[in-house]
Amino acid sequence: MQCDICGKKKATVHLTEIVDEQMSEMHLCEDCAKEKSVQMEQQFGLADLLAGLTDFGKQVKSVEAVKIECSNCGMNYDDFRKFGRLGCSECYPAFREQLGTLLKKIHGSNRHHGKAPIKMSAVVKEKMETIEELRYQLQQAIENESFEKAAEIRDKIRELEQQKNS
Amino acid sequence: MNLEDFLYHPSEWLKGTGPHSNIVMSSRIRLARNLSKQPFPNKANRKNLMDTLEVVEAALKMINYFNEAVIFHIHELDNVDRRFLVERHLMSHEHATSPEGKALVVSKEEVLSVMINEEDHLRIQAMQSGLNLTEAWNVINSVDDSLSNQLEFAYLPDWGYLTACPTNTGTAMRGSVMLHLPALVMTKQINKVLAAIAKLSFASRGFYGEGTQASGNFYQISNQVSLGHSEEEIIQNINGLIRQVIEQEEQARQALLIQNRPMLEDKIFRSLGILRNAHIISSQETVELLSMVRLGIDVDIIKDIDRKNVNELLIMIQPAHLQKIDGKKLSSSARDIKRASIIREKLGATAL
Repeated sequence: MQCDICGKKKATVHLTEIVDEQMSEMHLCEDCAKEKSVQMEQQFGLADLLAGLTDFGKQVKSVEAVKIECSNCGMNYDDFRKFGRLGCSECYPAFREQLGTLLKKIHGSNRHHGKAPIKMSAVVKEKMETIEELRYQLQQAIENESFEKAAEIRDKIRELEQQKNS
Repeated sequence: MNLEDFLYHPSEWLKGTGPHSNIVMSSRIRLARNLSKQPFPNKANRKNLMDTLEVVEAALKMINYFNEAVIFHIHELDNVDRRFLVERHLMSHEHATSPEGKALVVSKEEVLSVMINEEDHLRIQAMQSGLNLTEAWNVINSVDDSLSNQLEFAYLPDWGYLTACPTNTGTAMRGSVMLHLPALVMTKQINKVLAAIAKLSFASRGFYGEGTQASGNFYQISNQVSLGHSEEEIIQNINGLIRQVIEQEEQARQALLIQNRPMLEDKIFRSLGILRNAHIISSQETVELLSMVRLGIDVDIIKDIDRKNVNELLIMIQPAHLQKIDGKKLSSSARDIKRASIIREKLGATAL
Protein backbone atom coordinates (compact mmCIF):
# COMPACT_ATOMS: atom_id res chain seq x y z
CA MET A 1 0.00 0.00 0.00
CA GLN A 2 1.32 3.46 -1.01
CA CYS A 3 1.32 6.53 1.21
CA ASP A 4 -1.82 8.69 0.85
CA ILE A 5 0.19 11.93 0.91
CA CYS A 6 3.36 11.43 -1.15
CA GLY A 7 2.08 8.43 -3.07
CA LYS A 8 5.67 7.17 -3.33
CA LYS A 9 6.76 5.33 -0.23
CA LYS A 10 5.16 2.33 1.39
CA ALA A 11 2.49 3.22 3.94
CA THR A 12 3.46 1.84 7.34
CA VAL A 13 1.32 4.11 9.53
CA HIS A 14 -2.40 3.43 9.36
CA LEU A 15 -4.57 5.92 11.12
CA THR A 16 -8.25 5.57 11.84
CA GLU A 17 -9.98 8.74 12.91
CA ILE A 18 -13.39 8.93 14.47
CA VAL A 19 -14.79 12.43 14.25
CA ASP A 20 -18.48 12.99 15.01
CA GLU A 21 -19.06 9.25 14.75
CA GLN A 22 -17.73 9.29 11.19
CA MET A 23 -14.84 6.95 10.63
CA SER A 24 -12.07 7.72 8.16
CA GLU A 25 -8.85 5.88 7.42
CA MET A 26 -5.46 7.25 6.39
CA HIS A 27 -2.38 5.33 5.25
CA LEU A 28 0.95 7.16 5.50
CA CYS A 29 4.64 6.46 5.10
CA GLU A 30 6.82 7.16 8.14
CA ASP A 31 8.19 10.45 6.75
CA CYS A 32 4.81 11.93 5.94
CA ALA A 33 3.46 10.71 9.28
CA LYS A 34 6.28 12.58 11.04
CA GLU A 35 5.52 15.76 9.11
CA LYS A 36 1.93 15.55 10.11
CA SER A 37 2.93 14.91 13.70
CA VAL A 38 1.78 18.21 15.20
CA GLN A 39 -1.70 17.60 13.92
CA MET A 40 -1.45 13.94 14.71
CA GLU A 41 -0.32 14.15 18.29
CA GLN A 42 -3.86 14.93 19.28
CA GLN A 43 -5.45 12.17 17.22
CA PHE A 44 -2.77 9.64 17.64
CA GLY A 45 -2.59 8.79 21.33
CA LEU A 46 0.76 8.35 23.03
CA ALA A 47 -0.45 5.00 24.27
CA ASP A 48 -0.78 3.80 20.69
CA LEU A 49 2.72 5.00 19.87
CA LEU A 50 4.16 3.33 22.94
CA ALA A 51 2.87 0.04 21.81
CA GLY A 52 3.73 0.69 18.19
CA LEU A 53 0.03 0.37 17.55
CA THR A 54 -0.67 2.40 14.53
CA ASP A 55 -4.04 0.86 13.81
CA PHE A 56 -5.29 1.34 17.32
CA GLY A 57 -8.17 3.55 16.15
CA LYS A 58 -9.95 0.49 14.82
CA GLN A 59 -10.30 -0.94 18.28
CA VAL A 60 -12.33 2.00 19.45
CA LYS A 61 -15.54 0.70 17.99
CA SER A 62 -17.68 3.55 19.16
CA VAL A 63 -17.32 6.98 20.62
CA GLU A 64 -18.76 5.51 23.80
CA ALA A 65 -15.49 3.73 24.60
CA VAL A 66 -13.54 6.96 25.03
CA LYS A 67 -16.11 8.19 27.56
CA ILE A 68 -15.63 5.32 30.03
CA GLU A 69 -14.40 6.79 33.27
CA CYS A 70 -12.53 5.29 36.24
CA SER A 71 -14.67 5.81 39.32
CA ASN A 72 -11.65 5.88 41.64
CA CYS A 73 -9.47 8.59 40.03
CA GLY A 74 -11.77 10.13 37.41
CA MET A 75 -9.51 9.40 34.42
CA ASN A 76 -11.37 8.66 31.19
CA TYR A 77 -10.19 6.38 28.43
CA ASP A 78 -9.58 9.22 26.00
CA ASP A 79 -7.15 10.87 28.47
CA PHE A 80 -5.29 7.59 28.70
CA ARG A 81 -5.05 7.39 24.91
CA LYS A 82 -3.56 10.89 24.81
CA PHE A 83 -1.05 10.60 27.64
CA GLY A 84 -0.28 6.90 27.61
CA ARG A 85 -0.40 6.68 31.40
CA LEU A 86 -3.19 5.31 33.55
CA GLY A 87 -4.43 7.18 36.62
CA CYS A 88 -4.58 4.44 39.28
CA SER A 89 -4.88 0.68 39.73
CA GLU A 90 -8.68 0.86 39.38
CA CYS A 91 -8.35 2.14 35.79
CA TYR A 92 -7.43 -1.45 34.83
CA PRO A 93 -10.79 -3.02 35.71
CA ALA A 94 -12.58 0.14 34.48
CA PHE A 95 -11.02 -0.10 30.99
CA ARG A 96 -10.79 -3.91 31.05
CA GLU A 97 -12.04 -4.54 27.53
CA GLN A 98 -9.82 -1.95 25.83
CA LEU A 99 -6.74 -2.71 27.95
CA GLY A 100 -7.08 -6.45 27.39
CA THR A 101 -6.62 -5.92 23.67
CA LEU A 102 -3.85 -3.37 24.19
CA LEU A 103 -1.89 -5.62 26.58
CA LYS A 104 -2.13 -8.49 24.13
CA LYS A 105 -0.73 -6.29 21.37
CA ILE A 106 2.13 -4.97 23.52
CA HIS A 107 3.19 -8.20 25.19
CA GLY A 108 1.79 -10.89 22.90
CA SER A 109 -0.14 -12.19 25.90
CA ASN A 110 -2.71 -10.93 28.37
CA ARG A 111 -2.22 -13.54 31.03
CA HIS A 112 0.20 -13.02 33.94
CA HIS A 113 2.52 -15.94 34.74
CA GLY A 114 4.74 -14.46 37.43
CA LYS A 115 4.72 -14.04 41.17
CA ALA A 116 1.90 -12.70 43.36
CA PRO A 117 2.10 -10.35 46.34
CA ILE A 118 1.80 -11.79 49.84
CA LYS A 119 -0.80 -9.32 51.06
CA MET A 120 -3.90 -9.09 48.88
CA SER A 121 -7.20 -7.29 49.25
CA ALA A 122 -10.32 -9.38 49.91
CA VAL A 123 -11.52 -8.58 46.38
CA VAL A 124 -8.32 -9.86 44.76
CA LYS A 125 -8.26 -12.91 47.02
CA GLU A 126 -11.81 -13.73 46.05
CA LYS A 127 -10.86 -13.51 42.37
CA MET A 128 -7.86 -15.77 42.97
CA GLU A 129 -10.22 -18.40 44.36
CA THR A 130 -12.86 -18.66 41.67
CA ILE A 131 -13.11 -22.10 40.04
CA GLU A 132 -11.96 -20.67 36.71
CA GLU A 133 -8.86 -19.08 38.21
CA LEU A 134 -8.05 -22.19 40.24
CA ARG A 135 -8.31 -24.37 37.10
CA TYR A 136 -5.75 -22.10 35.46
CA GLN A 137 -3.48 -22.29 38.50
CA LEU A 138 -3.81 -26.08 38.50
CA GLN A 139 -2.71 -26.26 34.89
CA GLN A 140 0.28 -24.00 35.70
CA ALA A 141 1.25 -26.11 38.69
CA ILE A 142 1.19 -29.27 36.56
CA GLU A 143 3.27 -27.63 33.84
CA ASN A 144 5.81 -26.56 36.45
CA GLU A 145 5.74 -30.06 37.94
CA SER A 146 4.73 -28.68 41.34
CA PHE A 147 2.54 -31.69 42.04
CA GLU A 148 2.04 -31.04 45.73
CA LYS A 149 0.67 -27.61 44.96
CA ALA A 150 -1.43 -29.09 42.14
CA ALA A 151 -3.04 -31.57 44.53
CA GLU A 152 -3.87 -28.76 46.94
CA ILE A 153 -5.51 -26.72 44.20
CA ARG A 154 -7.41 -29.78 42.93
CA ASP A 155 -8.86 -30.34 46.41
CA LYS A 156 -9.88 -26.68 46.59
CA ILE A 157 -11.67 -26.93 43.23
CA ARG A 158 -13.54 -30.06 44.37
CA GLU A 159 -14.57 -28.33 47.56
CA LEU A 160 -15.89 -25.31 45.63
CA GLU A 161 -17.74 -27.51 43.17
CA GLN A 162 -19.42 -29.42 45.98
CA GLN A 163 -20.48 -26.17 47.62
CA LYS A 164 -21.94 -25.04 44.34
CA ASN A 165 -23.90 -28.25 43.86
CA SER A 166 -25.32 -28.47 47.35
CA MET B 1 26.33 8.58 55.55
CA ASN B 2 25.69 11.45 53.14
CA LEU B 3 26.12 12.13 49.46
CA GLU B 4 29.84 13.01 49.73
CA ASP B 5 30.58 9.57 51.24
CA PHE B 6 29.51 7.90 48.00
CA LEU B 7 32.48 9.56 46.29
CA TYR B 8 34.98 7.52 48.27
CA HIS B 9 33.01 4.27 48.29
CA PRO B 10 32.86 3.02 44.70
CA SER B 11 29.61 1.26 43.80
CA GLU B 12 29.63 -2.49 44.35
CA TRP B 13 28.56 -3.15 40.74
CA LEU B 14 31.67 -1.40 39.38
CA LYS B 15 34.14 -3.82 40.92
CA GLY B 16 34.67 -5.59 37.59
CA THR B 17 34.17 -9.15 38.86
CA GLY B 18 31.48 -11.81 38.44
CA PRO B 19 30.65 -14.09 35.48
CA HIS B 20 31.81 -12.84 32.05
CA SER B 21 33.11 -9.59 33.55
CA ASN B 22 35.51 -9.25 30.59
CA ILE B 23 32.47 -8.32 28.48
CA VAL B 24 29.59 -7.75 30.91
CA MET B 25 29.96 -4.69 33.08
CA SER B 26 26.84 -5.07 35.22
CA SER B 27 23.40 -6.66 35.58
CA ARG B 28 20.34 -4.88 36.85
CA ILE B 29 16.78 -5.92 37.76
CA ARG B 30 14.08 -3.32 38.15
CA LEU B 31 10.60 -3.89 39.58
CA ALA B 32 7.73 -1.42 39.39
CA ARG B 33 5.18 -1.55 42.21
CA ASN B 34 2.13 0.57 43.00
CA LEU B 35 -0.11 0.95 46.00
CA SER B 36 -3.62 -0.32 45.39
CA LYS B 37 -6.17 2.46 44.64
CA GLN B 38 -3.73 5.32 45.40
CA PRO B 39 -3.50 7.63 42.32
CA PHE B 40 -0.31 7.02 40.30
CA PRO B 41 2.26 9.88 40.65
CA ASN B 42 1.22 11.55 37.36
CA LYS B 43 -2.39 11.77 38.59
CA ALA B 44 -1.59 12.45 42.26
CA ASN B 45 -1.95 15.71 44.14
CA ARG B 46 0.57 16.92 46.71
CA LYS B 47 -1.16 15.18 49.57
CA ASN B 48 -1.32 11.86 47.68
CA LEU B 49 2.41 12.08 46.95
CA MET B 50 3.25 12.83 50.59
CA ASP B 51 1.05 9.95 51.81
CA THR B 52 2.77 7.53 49.42
CA LEU B 53 6.19 8.78 50.48
CA GLU B 54 5.37 8.28 54.14
CA VAL B 55 4.03 4.72 53.93
CA VAL B 56 6.75 3.54 51.54
CA GLU B 57 9.59 5.01 53.60
CA ALA B 58 8.14 3.40 56.75
CA ALA B 59 7.86 0.01 55.00
CA LEU B 60 11.44 0.17 53.70
CA LYS B 61 12.76 0.91 57.20
CA MET B 62 11.40 -2.47 58.35
CA ILE B 63 13.57 -4.36 55.84
CA ASN B 64 17.05 -5.61 56.82
CA TYR B 65 18.61 -4.74 53.44
CA PHE B 66 17.86 -1.07 54.15
CA ASN B 67 19.31 -0.97 57.68
CA GLU B 68 22.04 1.47 56.74
CA ALA B 69 20.21 3.06 53.82
CA VAL B 70 20.29 6.75 52.94
CA ILE B 71 17.11 8.63 52.02
CA PHE B 72 17.27 11.62 49.69
CA HIS B 73 14.31 13.93 49.20
CA ILE B 74 14.94 15.14 45.70
CA HIS B 75 13.63 18.71 46.19
CA GLU B 76 16.24 19.23 48.93
CA LEU B 77 19.12 18.50 46.52
CA ASP B 78 20.73 21.00 44.13
CA ASN B 79 21.19 20.25 40.44
CA VAL B 80 24.74 18.92 40.80
CA ASP B 81 23.69 16.50 43.54
CA ARG B 82 20.73 15.26 41.51
CA ARG B 83 22.92 14.74 38.47
CA PHE B 84 25.49 12.97 40.66
CA LEU B 85 22.89 10.34 41.60
CA VAL B 86 21.86 9.93 37.96
CA GLU B 87 25.50 9.47 36.91
CA ARG B 88 25.85 6.68 39.49
CA HIS B 89 22.86 4.90 37.88
CA LEU B 90 20.94 5.17 41.15
CA MET B 91 18.03 7.08 39.66
CA SER B 92 16.57 8.17 36.32
CA HIS B 93 16.72 11.55 34.57
CA GLU B 94 12.96 11.70 34.94
CA HIS B 95 13.28 11.43 38.72
CA ALA B 96 15.72 14.36 38.83
CA THR B 97 13.36 16.72 37.01
CA SER B 98 10.12 17.88 38.70
CA PRO B 99 11.33 16.77 42.16
CA GLU B 100 8.08 17.45 44.04
CA GLY B 101 7.17 14.58 46.38
CA LYS B 102 9.97 12.35 45.08
CA ALA B 103 12.56 10.45 47.08
CA LEU B 104 15.43 8.04 46.53
CA VAL B 105 16.46 5.36 49.02
CA VAL B 106 19.91 3.79 48.55
CA SER B 107 21.11 0.72 50.43
CA LYS B 108 24.65 0.16 51.66
CA GLU B 109 27.17 -0.50 48.83
CA GLU B 110 24.54 0.81 46.37
CA VAL B 111 23.26 -2.70 45.62
CA LEU B 112 19.63 -1.65 46.01
CA SER B 113 17.92 1.62 45.31
CA VAL B 114 14.28 2.62 45.39
CA MET B 115 12.80 5.59 43.57
CA ILE B 116 9.60 6.70 45.26
CA ASN B 117 6.99 8.52 43.16
CA GLU B 118 8.77 8.28 39.83
CA GLU B 119 6.37 7.02 37.12
CA ASP B 120 5.16 4.35 39.56
CA HIS B 121 4.95 4.58 43.35
CA LEU B 122 7.99 2.35 43.72
CA ARG B 123 10.76 1.56 41.29
CA ILE B 124 13.07 -0.90 43.00
CA GLN B 125 16.44 -1.71 41.43
CA ALA B 126 19.14 -4.24 42.26
CA MET B 127 22.59 -4.06 40.64
CA GLN B 128 25.33 -6.69 40.40
CA SER B 129 28.76 -6.77 38.81
CA GLY B 130 29.17 -9.07 35.77
CA LEU B 131 26.43 -11.29 34.29
CA ASN B 132 24.48 -11.99 37.44
CA LEU B 133 20.78 -11.32 36.91
CA THR B 134 19.87 -14.32 39.05
CA GLU B 135 21.60 -12.91 42.14
CA ALA B 136 20.04 -9.49 41.50
CA TRP B 137 16.64 -11.23 41.22
CA ASN B 138 17.15 -13.16 44.48
CA VAL B 139 17.88 -9.94 46.36
CA ILE B 140 15.06 -7.92 44.82
CA ASN B 141 12.54 -10.78 45.11
CA SER B 142 13.11 -11.02 48.83
CA VAL B 143 12.80 -7.22 49.24
CA ASP B 144 9.56 -7.32 47.21
CA ASP B 145 8.15 -10.11 49.42
CA SER B 146 8.90 -8.15 52.58
CA LEU B 147 7.32 -5.03 51.11
CA SER B 148 4.23 -6.87 49.90
CA ASN B 149 3.77 -8.19 53.42
CA GLN B 150 3.37 -4.62 54.64
CA LEU B 151 1.87 -2.74 51.69
CA GLU B 152 -1.10 -3.69 49.56
CA PHE B 153 0.24 -3.65 46.00
CA ALA B 154 -1.94 -3.05 42.93
CA TYR B 155 -2.40 -6.52 41.43
CA LEU B 156 -4.89 -8.57 39.42
CA PRO B 157 -4.60 -12.37 39.19
CA ASP B 158 -4.86 -12.37 35.37
CA TRP B 159 -2.79 -9.22 34.64
CA GLY B 160 -0.26 -9.27 37.46
CA TYR B 161 1.20 -6.07 38.88
CA LEU B 162 -0.54 -2.93 37.63
CA THR B 163 1.65 -0.04 36.49
CA ALA B 164 1.10 3.52 35.25
CA CYS B 165 2.19 2.48 31.75
CA PRO B 166 0.75 -0.75 30.30
CA THR B 167 4.13 -1.58 28.74
CA ASN B 168 5.26 -2.59 32.26
CA THR B 169 2.16 -4.50 33.39
CA GLY B 170 2.49 -8.14 34.47
CA THR B 171 5.74 -8.97 36.23
CA ALA B 172 6.53 -5.23 36.00
CA MET B 173 10.11 -6.44 35.74
CA ARG B 174 12.88 -5.17 33.53
CA GLY B 175 16.18 -7.06 33.48
CA SER B 176 19.08 -5.28 31.81
CA VAL B 177 22.69 -6.11 31.16
CA MET B 178 25.41 -3.58 30.36
CA LEU B 179 27.78 -4.99 27.73
CA HIS B 180 31.09 -3.72 26.42
CA LEU B 181 31.28 -4.67 22.74
CA PRO B 182 34.31 -2.93 21.19
CA ALA B 183 35.31 -5.79 18.87
CA LEU B 184 31.81 -6.07 17.36
CA VAL B 185 31.94 -2.32 16.70
CA MET B 186 35.48 -2.44 15.20
CA THR B 187 34.59 -5.35 12.93
CA LYS B 188 31.39 -3.51 11.91
CA GLN B 189 29.11 -6.33 13.03
CA ILE B 190 27.34 -4.41 15.78
CA ASN B 191 24.36 -3.25 13.69
CA LYS B 192 23.64 -6.80 12.65
CA VAL B 193 23.68 -7.89 16.29
CA LEU B 194 21.49 -4.98 17.44
CA ALA B 195 18.98 -5.68 14.66
CA ALA B 196 18.72 -9.31 15.77
CA ILE B 197 18.20 -8.20 19.37
CA ALA B 198 15.38 -5.84 18.33
CA LYS B 199 13.72 -8.63 16.34
CA LEU B 200 13.58 -10.76 19.48
CA SER B 201 11.68 -7.99 21.32
CA PHE B 202 14.62 -6.84 23.39
CA ALA B 203 15.70 -3.20 23.65
CA SER B 204 19.26 -1.91 23.33
CA ARG B 205 20.24 1.45 24.76
CA GLY B 206 23.28 3.51 25.70
CA PHE B 207 25.28 3.80 28.93
CA TYR B 208 22.66 6.00 30.59
CA GLY B 209 19.55 4.09 29.55
CA GLU B 210 16.45 5.27 27.80
CA GLY B 211 17.02 7.91 25.14
CA THR B 212 20.82 7.88 25.39
CA GLN B 213 23.27 7.15 22.59
CA ALA B 214 25.69 4.32 22.92
CA SER B 215 29.14 5.68 23.76
CA GLY B 216 32.42 3.95 24.44
CA ASN B 217 30.99 0.78 22.92
CA PHE B 218 28.71 0.21 25.91
CA TYR B 219 25.26 -1.21 25.23
CA GLN B 220 22.47 -1.91 27.67
CA ILE B 221 20.17 -4.75 26.64
CA SER B 222 16.84 -5.35 28.35
CA ASN B 223 13.54 -7.24 27.96
CA GLN B 224 10.56 -5.39 26.47
CA VAL B 225 7.87 -7.91 27.30
CA SER B 226 6.73 -8.12 30.93
CA LEU B 227 3.42 -10.00 30.68
CA GLY B 228 2.98 -13.67 29.84
CA HIS B 229 6.27 -15.04 31.17
CA SER B 230 7.35 -15.56 34.76
CA GLU B 231 10.25 -13.56 36.20
CA GLU B 232 12.52 -16.62 36.03
CA GLU B 233 11.61 -17.27 32.39
CA ILE B 234 12.33 -13.66 31.45
CA ILE B 235 15.73 -13.88 33.15
CA GLN B 236 16.47 -17.17 31.39
CA ASN B 237 15.59 -15.57 28.04
CA ILE B 238 17.84 -12.57 28.67
CA ASN B 239 20.69 -14.82 29.80
CA GLY B 240 20.31 -16.95 26.67
CA LEU B 241 20.44 -13.92 24.42
CA ILE B 242 23.34 -12.28 26.29
CA ARG B 243 25.41 -15.50 26.13
CA GLN B 244 25.06 -15.43 22.35
CA VAL B 245 26.13 -11.81 22.15
CA ILE B 246 29.10 -12.60 24.42
CA GLU B 247 30.12 -15.43 22.12
CA GLN B 248 29.96 -13.12 19.08
CA GLU B 249 32.10 -10.52 20.87
CA GLU B 250 34.62 -13.19 21.95
CA GLN B 251 34.93 -14.41 18.37
CA ALA B 252 35.39 -10.88 17.05
CA ARG B 253 38.11 -10.25 19.66
CA GLN B 254 39.90 -13.46 18.67
CA ALA B 255 39.67 -12.52 15.00
CA LEU B 256 41.19 -9.11 15.68
CA LEU B 257 44.00 -10.64 17.75
CA ILE B 258 44.87 -13.22 15.11
CA GLN B 259 44.47 -11.13 11.97
CA ASN B 260 45.44 -7.69 13.14
CA ARG B 261 47.32 -7.79 16.42
CA PRO B 262 49.73 -4.89 15.69
CA MET B 263 46.80 -2.60 14.75
CA LEU B 264 44.95 -3.58 17.93
CA GLU B 265 48.02 -3.09 20.14
CA ASP B 266 48.68 0.27 18.53
CA LYS B 267 45.10 1.45 19.12
CA ILE B 268 45.10 0.27 22.73
CA PHE B 269 48.50 1.72 23.69
CA ARG B 270 47.83 5.04 21.92
CA SER B 271 44.59 5.32 23.91
CA LEU B 272 46.44 4.61 27.14
CA GLY B 273 49.16 7.08 26.12
CA ILE B 274 46.66 9.90 25.63
CA LEU B 275 44.85 9.16 28.90
CA ARG B 276 48.15 9.10 30.84
CA ASN B 277 49.43 12.34 29.32
CA ALA B 278 46.49 14.58 28.39
CA HIS B 279 45.97 17.81 30.33
CA ILE B 280 42.61 18.74 28.79
CA ILE B 281 40.10 16.07 27.81
CA SER B 282 36.33 15.87 27.13
CA SER B 283 34.13 13.18 28.64
CA GLN B 284 33.24 11.83 25.19
CA GLU B 285 36.92 11.33 24.26
CA THR B 286 37.66 9.84 27.68
CA VAL B 287 34.91 7.25 27.42
CA GLU B 288 36.08 6.21 23.94
CA LEU B 289 39.71 5.85 25.07
CA LEU B 290 38.77 4.06 28.30
CA SER B 291 36.84 1.58 26.17
CA MET B 292 40.06 0.74 24.31
CA VAL B 293 42.02 0.45 27.56
CA ARG B 294 39.35 -1.86 29.00
CA LEU B 295 39.64 -4.02 25.87
CA GLY B 296 43.41 -4.02 26.35
CA ILE B 297 42.98 -5.37 29.88
CA ASP B 298 40.37 -7.94 28.79
CA VAL B 299 42.57 -9.42 26.04
CA ASP B 300 45.67 -9.30 28.27
CA ILE B 301 47.53 -6.71 26.20
CA ILE B 302 47.57 -4.28 29.15
CA LYS B 303 48.74 -6.04 32.29
CA ASP B 304 49.40 -3.28 34.80
CA ILE B 305 45.91 -1.78 35.21
CA ASP B 306 42.99 -3.18 37.15
CA ARG B 307 39.62 -3.36 35.35
CA LYS B 308 38.01 -1.88 38.47
CA ASN B 309 39.98 1.36 37.98
CA VAL B 310 38.68 1.73 34.43
CA ASN B 311 35.08 1.05 35.53
CA GLU B 312 35.34 3.60 38.33
CA LEU B 313 36.81 6.20 36.00
CA LEU B 314 33.83 5.86 33.64
CA ILE B 315 31.67 7.27 36.45
CA MET B 316 34.22 9.60 38.10
CA ILE B 317 34.86 11.59 34.92
CA GLN B 318 31.19 12.56 34.55
CA PRO B 319 30.43 16.28 35.10
CA ALA B 320 28.65 16.14 38.48
CA HIS B 321 31.23 13.71 39.89
CA LEU B 322 34.09 16.05 38.94
CA GLN B 323 32.34 18.92 40.69
CA LYS B 324 31.70 16.86 43.82
CA ILE B 325 35.35 15.78 43.89
CA ASP B 326 36.50 19.39 43.54
CA GLY B 327 33.88 20.62 46.00
CA LYS B 328 32.74 23.48 43.79
CA LYS B 329 30.96 24.32 40.56
CA LEU B 330 33.22 24.00 37.50
CA SER B 331 32.76 25.40 34.01
CA SER B 332 32.93 23.00 31.10
CA SER B 333 36.55 23.95 30.29
CA ALA B 334 37.58 23.72 33.96
CA ARG B 335 36.03 20.25 34.05
CA ASP B 336 38.12 19.13 31.05
CA ILE B 337 41.28 20.09 32.97
CA LYS B 338 40.14 18.48 36.23
CA ARG B 339 39.12 15.34 34.33
CA ALA B 340 42.56 14.97 32.76
CA SER B 341 44.26 15.34 36.12
CA ILE B 342 42.07 12.70 37.79
CA ILE B 343 42.74 10.26 34.94
CA ARG B 344 46.51 10.81 35.15
CA GLU B 345 46.38 10.19 38.87
CA LYS B 346 44.31 7.01 38.54
CA LEU B 347 46.07 5.46 35.51
CA GLY B 348 49.52 7.00 35.79
CA ALA B 349 50.25 5.93 39.35
CA THR B 350 51.05 2.39 38.17
CA ALA B 351 54.57 2.39 36.71
CA LEU B 352 55.11 0.98 33.23
